[in-house]
Amino acid sequence: MESCYCIEPQWPADELLMKYQYISDFFIALAYFSIPLELIYFVKKSAVFPYRWVLVQFGAFIVLCGATHLINLWTFTVHSRTVAIVMTTAKVLTAAVSCATALMLVHIIPDLLSVQTRELFLKNKAAELDREMGLIRTQEETGRHVRMLTHEIRSTLDRHTILQTTLVELGRTLALEECALWMPTRTGLELQLSYTLHQQNPVGYTVPIHLPVINQVFSSSHAVKISPNCPVARLRPAGKYVPGEVVAVRVPLLHLSNFQINDWPELSTKRYALMVLMLPADSARQWHVYELELVEVVADQVAVALSHAAILEESMRARELLMEQNVALDLARREAETAIRARNDFLAVMNHEMRTPMHVIIALSSLLQETELTPEQRLMVETILKSSNLLATLINDVLDLSSLEDGSLQLELETFNLYAVFREVLNLIEPVASVKRLHVSLNLAPDLPEYAIGDEKRLMQTILNVVSNAVKFSMEGSISITAFVAKSESLRDSRAPEFYPVPSDNHFYLRVQVKDSGSGISPQDIHKLFTKFAQTQSTATRNSGGSGLGLAICKRFVNLMEGHIWIESEGLGKGCTAIFIVKLGIPGCLNESKLPIMPRMSTTIHSQIAFPGLKVLVMDENGVSRMVTKGLLVHLGCDVTMVSSSDECLRVVSHEHKVVLIDVCVPGIDGYETAMRIHEKFTKHHERPLIVALTGNTDKVINENCMKVGMDGIVLKPVSLDKMRSVLSDLLEHQVLFEAI
Amino acid sequence: MEVGQMQGRLVDYTKSLFMEGFLDGQFLQLQQLQDESNPDFVVEVVSLFFDDSEKLLNDLTMALDQPNVDFKKVDAHVHQLKGSSSSIGAQRVKNGCIAFRNFCEEQNIEACLRCLQQVKQEYYLVKNKLEALFRLEQQIVAAGGSIPMMEMGF
Repeated sequence: MESCYCIEPQWPADELLMKYQYISDFFIALAYFSIPLELIYFVKKSAVFPYRWVLVQFGAFIVLCGATHLINLWTFTVHSRTVAIVMTTAKVLTAAVSCATALMLVHIIPDLLSVQTRELFLKNKAAELDREMGLIRTQEETGRHVRMLTHEIRSTLDRHTILQTTLVELGRTLALEECALWMPTRTGLELQLSYTLHQQNPVGYTVPIHLPVINQVFSSSHAVKISPNCPVARLRPAGKYVPGEVVAVRVPLLHLSNFQINDWPELSTKRYALMVLMLPADSARQWHVYELELVEVVADQVAVALSHAAILEESMRARELLMEQNVALDLARREAETAIRARNDFLAVMNHEMRTPMHVIIALSSLLQETELTPEQRLMVETILKSSNLLATLINDVLDLSSLEDGSLQLELETFNLYAVFREVLNLIEPVASVKRLHVSLNLAPDLPEYAIGDEKRLMQTILNVVSNAVKFSMEGSISITAFVAKSESLRDSRAPEFYPVPSDNHFYLRVQVKDSGSGISPQDIHKLFTKFAQTQSTATRNSGGSGLGLAICKRFVNLMEGHIWIESEGLGKGCTAIFIVKLGIPGCLNESKLPIMPRMSTTIHSQIAFPGLKVLVMDENGVSRMVTKGLLVHLGCDVTMVSSSDECLRVVSHEHKVVLIDVCVPGIDGYETAMRIHEKFTKHHERPLIVALTGNTDKVINENCMKVGMDGIVLKPVSLDKMRSVLSDLLEHQVLFEAI
Repeated sequence: MEVGQMQGRLVDYTKSLFMEGFLDGQFLQLQQLQDESNPDFVVEVVSLFFDDSEKLLNDLTMALDQPNVDFKKVDAHVHQLKGSSSSIGAQRVKNGCIAFRNFCEEQNIEACLRCLQQVKQEYYLVKNKLEALFRLEQQIVAAGGSIPMMEMGF
C-alpha cells in the first residue's frame, strides 16, 4: 500500500515491515559511520599508507551513504520539504562520490594487487637469505671445527696422538658412529686397521689394497661414498640395524723425499692411508656436502701433520746418531793425542837417558886418547870415539826427527875429504862384516874429487847406515860399495820424475851404490823401507833390533842434499842394491881441472876448448838461423837450448843459463820485452843470465834500445865462429859487451 | 873418376859459386862448423833452408795474389826469407829480399811482384847449385875421399 504524504499516517498494517526497514537502515547507517572511523583509526596507527586520498574518498562515500540511509529514517513518516531537500542533496553527493570512488578504484586496485606480489617476492627473498644464512653458518661452523681439529692435530708431533685425536674430533664434530683409519703395511700390499674410534675391532685386521673400492677412493682426492658392506666398512659387528652411510677418503702419506727443494710434494707418492667414516645406524642422516668437504680438509691436514711427525722423528734419529759419532770421534782424537804425547815423552826420556852414558863414553874415550897408548890401542880408542860420535849424532837426530820433518834441520857445509869418509865407513863396518864372514869391497872412481863441500857427518851417517843395512841383511857373500861422479844420463831415474839434477860448474853429483847378496826385498815392500818405524815382514822376523828409523833418516838427509835415494832388488833371496845420489860442492874455482866432463866433446880446428858446459839459451824465430847459431855454439862446446818464442824463452830460462841470445830484429816477437821480463824474473843480479842481442843491422836506435832494456851486449849478424868465440869470452870475462862487429 | 880429380872439381865449382855471388862468407862459416861430431851439419842446414824457403815463397805468392794485399804479412815473410838466406850465405837471394822489402814499404804491388819473381829465380838457381855441390861431395865420400876444406882466402 502506498503511503500518502499529505496525511499523517497511522501505523499501517505492514508496520512490521516498516519497523524492520527502519532498524536495518539505522544499523546500516551506524555501520557506515563506523567504518570510516575504524579506517581512520587504523590508518592513523599504520603511519605509512600511500592511499590516503583514496581512503578519504572512500570515507566520504561511506559517510554520505550512511547519511543517506540515516536521512532515510525520517522519510518513512511524513516529512517536511527540508528533509526532502537534504535527502536529495545527500543522495546526489553520494552518487557523485561513489562514482568517483568507483573510477578511482579502477586505478587503485592493480596497484594494491601488485603490492601483494611484491610482498610475496620479498617473502621469498627473505626465505632465501635465511637459507643462505643457514649455509654460511654451517660453513663457519665447519671451518671452526676444522680449525679446532687442525689445532688439536698440530699441537702434537706424536703420530699416535695425531691420529687418535683426528678420529675423536671427527667423531665428535660429525656425530659419527664409527671412524677408522687403515694404514698400508710395510709391503704396501695390504691395508691394516690401525686406529678406530671405539676400539671395538681387533686392531691388526688387514685388507688387501687392490680392491676396486679402495682404488676408487685412492684415485680421487674427494671423499667418496662407499657401500657399508665392503670390507673396509665392516667395522661394526653385524646387527639388525640399517647401517648408516659410509664415506671414505684417502690420506696421502708423505715422506721427506717427497719434498723437493723447489716443488711441492708430488702426489706420485701413491702411498695412501684410508679413513673410513660411518654415520650412525638407523638414522636418516645423509652425508652433506659440507661434511664431505670437512672430511677432505681434515684428511689433508692429517697427512701434513703425519709427515711433520715423520720428519721430526727422522731428524731426531739423525741427530742422535751424529752425537754418538761425535762422542766417538772425540774419544778417538783424545786417545790419539795421548798416544802421541806418550810417544814424545818416551822418546825424550829415553834419549836423555841414552845421551848421558853416550857423553860419558865420548868424554872418557877422548881423555883416554890423550894418554899414552900403543898404536893398536890408539886405533881401537879412535874407533870407539868415532862410533860413539856417530851414535851421539844418531841420538840427536832421533830427537830432532820432528825438526827433520819440519825441514828446520840445516846441513853443516864444510870442505872435507871424501875418500877419507869412505875409508872410515869401511873401517867401522869391517869388524861386523868379518864376524859374519862378509867381504866388503870399495870402488872409488878415479874422477871422484878428493875434496868436497858438504855435511861430512851426515854423509857418513848415510853411507854407514846403508852399508850396515847391507851387512845386516846378508848372511853370506859380499858387499860392494861403488862411488863415482854421476853423469847426466845416469842422473835421471825414471822412478823419480821430480828429480831434475842440474849439473853445474861448482857442484857435482856423487853416486854411491851398495850392492849386497843378502835376502833381498820383494818389490812391494820397497816403498815401505823409507817410512819411519815400518819394517818389512822379512826383516821383522830377522830380529834385527833396528829401530826402523835408519832409512827414513837417510832419505831425509839425502833430500836435504838435493839428492835421491832408492833401493833396487830383484826379489827375495836375490840381494839388493841401495843407490843414492847427493849433490856435493866442488871446492876451488872454475878453472880447476876437476870439472865434470861434458858428454859432447867436439874437436875443433883451433886447439882451445872454449866454453865447455856453458849453458846458452837461444831465442830466434827463424829456423835456419837458429840452427846455424846453435851449430856455432855447439862447436864451441856450449850446451845450447833453443826456443822460438818469447813465452817459451821465459818458461825455459833458469839461473843455470849463463847467456841468453835474443834475435831482436824479428818482427812480431819483441826481443826487448823478453829481455825486460828476464830482468823481472831474476831479481838477484848474480843469478841472471847475460842477455845478448843478435841483430841484422846496427844503428844508434837499436843500440840505445838494447841498453835501455838492460841487455848486456849486441852482436851483429851474421856471426862467424871467431866472432862468437870472442863475444862469449868477453862477455864472461867482463860481464858486459857492447858493439862487437 | 879419381878422388883427387873429383876433389879438384869440387873446389873449382865452389870457387865459382863464390865468384858469381851465389854464396858468400857465411857459407864458409857453416862449413867450418862441420866436423866429426856433426858430419852433416851443412846439408841439414841447407835442407832446412830449402824447406823454409819453399814455404815462404808459396806464402808470398798467395799473399800477393789477394785482392787486398796485406803488406805487413808480405814484409814478415820476406824478412824471414832474408834472415834464412843470410844465415846460410845465399847472397843473391838475400839481396833480392832486401830490394823486395823496400818495395813492400812503398806498397808498390807491381814492383813487389817483380821482386818476387826475381827472388824465386835466384832461389831456384842457388838451390840447383847447392844440390849439384852436395852431389859432388857425396860422390867423393862414396869414392872414399874426404871433403877438402875451403881456404878462407877471399
